[in-house]
Amino acid sequence: MTESDAPFRILPRITDRNRHFWTGGGDGELRFLRCQSDGTYVHPPVTRCPRCYGKNLKVEDVSGRATVLTYTVNHQPWMPGPELPYVVAIVEIVEQEGVRLTTNIVNCAPDDVYVGMPVRAVFEEHTDGDEHVWIPLFEPLKTDGEQ
Amino acid sequence: MAREYPEKRAVISGAGQSEVGRRLYRDPLDLTLDACLAAIADAGLTPADVDGLATYPGGMDTPPGFSGAGIVDVQDALRLNLSWYTGGLELPGQLGSVIDACLAVACDLATHVLCFRSVYEGSAQGEKGRAAVMPGGGGRGGFRASGFMEWTLPFAAPSAAVWIAMFAQRHFHEFGTTREQLAQIALNARKNAGVNPKAIYRDPMTLDDYLGVRMISSPLCLYDCDVPSDGATAVIVSRADTAPDLRKPPVQVEAVGTALRGRPSWDQFDDLTTMACRDAGAQLWTRTALSPSDVQLAEMYDGFSFITMAWLEAMGFCGRGESGPFVEGGARIARDGELPLNTHGGQLSAGRLHGYGFLHEACVQLWGEAGERQVPGDPEVGVACAGGGPLAGALLLTQRR
Repeated sequence: MTESDAPFRILPRITDRNRHFWTGGGDGELRFLRCQSDGTYVHPPVTRCPRCYGKNLKVEDVSGRATVLTYTVNHQPWMPGPELPYVVAIVEIVEQEGVRLTTNIVNCAPDDVYVGMPVRAVFEEHTDGDEHVWIPLFEPLKTDGEQ
Repeated sequence: MAREYPEKRAVISGAGQSEVGRRLYRDPLDLTLDACLAAIADAGLTPADVDGLATYPGGMDTPPGFSGAGIVDVQDALRLNLSWYTGGLELPGQLGSVIDACLAVACDLATHVLCFRSVYEGSAQGEKGRAAVMPGGGGRGGFRASGFMEWTLPFAAPSAAVWIAMFAQRHFHEFGTTREQLAQIALNARKNAGVNPKAIYRDPMTLDDYLGVRMISSPLCLYDCDVPSDGATAVIVSRADTAPDLRKPPVQVEAVGTALRGRPSWDQFDDLTTMACRDAGAQLWTRTALSPSDVQLAEMYDGFSFITMAWLEAMGFCGRGESGPFVEGGARIARDGELPLNTHGGQLSAGRLHGYGFLHEACVQLWGEAGERQVPGDPEVGVACAGGGPLAGALLLTQRR
């Protein structure tokens, strides 16, 4: 999606703690902090591993694949944004149970979304001044035969 | 039961409520004081007797109308001399402030605590209707989302309606819960509101009305969402040994629940079919010899109808995932049913008084003062539960006659 096609979105405030997450899309990558001691992915990002409380965290790419845990088809115009109705979902990345994102499911009809649906990350670029932010959205994971 | 938990040293000695309306355009502090003075008088006390003050969420300007008055407003207006006070947002739900008051009297920090919750969301939103829950303006070069909103606002998911809808959808998926079952929460509330003169929406509602109204965030339709309103509610929490000084036999606080054992988040909570209420409810029953089958009325938060379903399971009135069949048809939760539920009409029909309305109604019912909507049979045991998502607080109340 070119930026001019993107809907209005309120952008996140970028900090040293979250920059990797909101800018990884520039490289086409979904990124999380990961504990280098016990392998735990940490989200939302904080400075210590929630399992071992260690500080040895590094940013790592994940596959971008995820599963829809639940969703809603939103019909209410809360704010300027995607064309109504749009799907808001909670997805869980395939790398670790419990690492979840609230997101939008795009590139499919709202009624086609289901719990358990396999999806993959796609990124929507937004520019604010000289700052670039890539919003991670998710689309159905198509099988090779459908591509 | 061997152990006597300290909340049993607390009673609710009075309750009061201001005028309630969809949009009153009245001074919110004036509404608050109406409720506070009514509660003090109901207990047979005077403002000079009040030495504690508690509120949720405390004074704050945004979201518009969310807080009609804070601690300092009420303390100063009534010139209270306080031994203890608290006002804040990071609590086990709206009733967390009342639970704090129970603990304050239990450890002799105060004797009579005035607890209040005041809203004017109806007037603040004006004639345009319910606005998005937006913390300030939007736009490039302007507002940026942070905190929990960082993870929801960029996805055009600014409202608890959207977040709760996803819990409901997961519940539908795992347990086969249906819209027809969920509808019973709204239909029951409307039926009860019909005999509550202070309720905002009192016209009868049918299942067809419910199924035909516009969708907000599936599976939640308009009638699954509470109604922003103006009004204030207050209760007096007193130390139990003051009972001889009170105007009427107080309602006994039998047990409270405040636990939050999952992640404190709307989307990271471990079980997406329930919420923090699971933990607060389970904890409450470890602090009393009573059990769910002893409860004769349930006043349980319905900011969105699904939250009440979650509370029904959390409080053990039915098993996990069984709230759909439990409310099916509506007879069981009706005013003359096995477990009368939200007997004033809830926030769905009586107005979003934000948690305190449920406690007020439980007390009024246990005092036998509910008039036309009084639950028959002189009920002696009730619950008041408030909060959705990561917020939850519950009180088990008794009135032995």
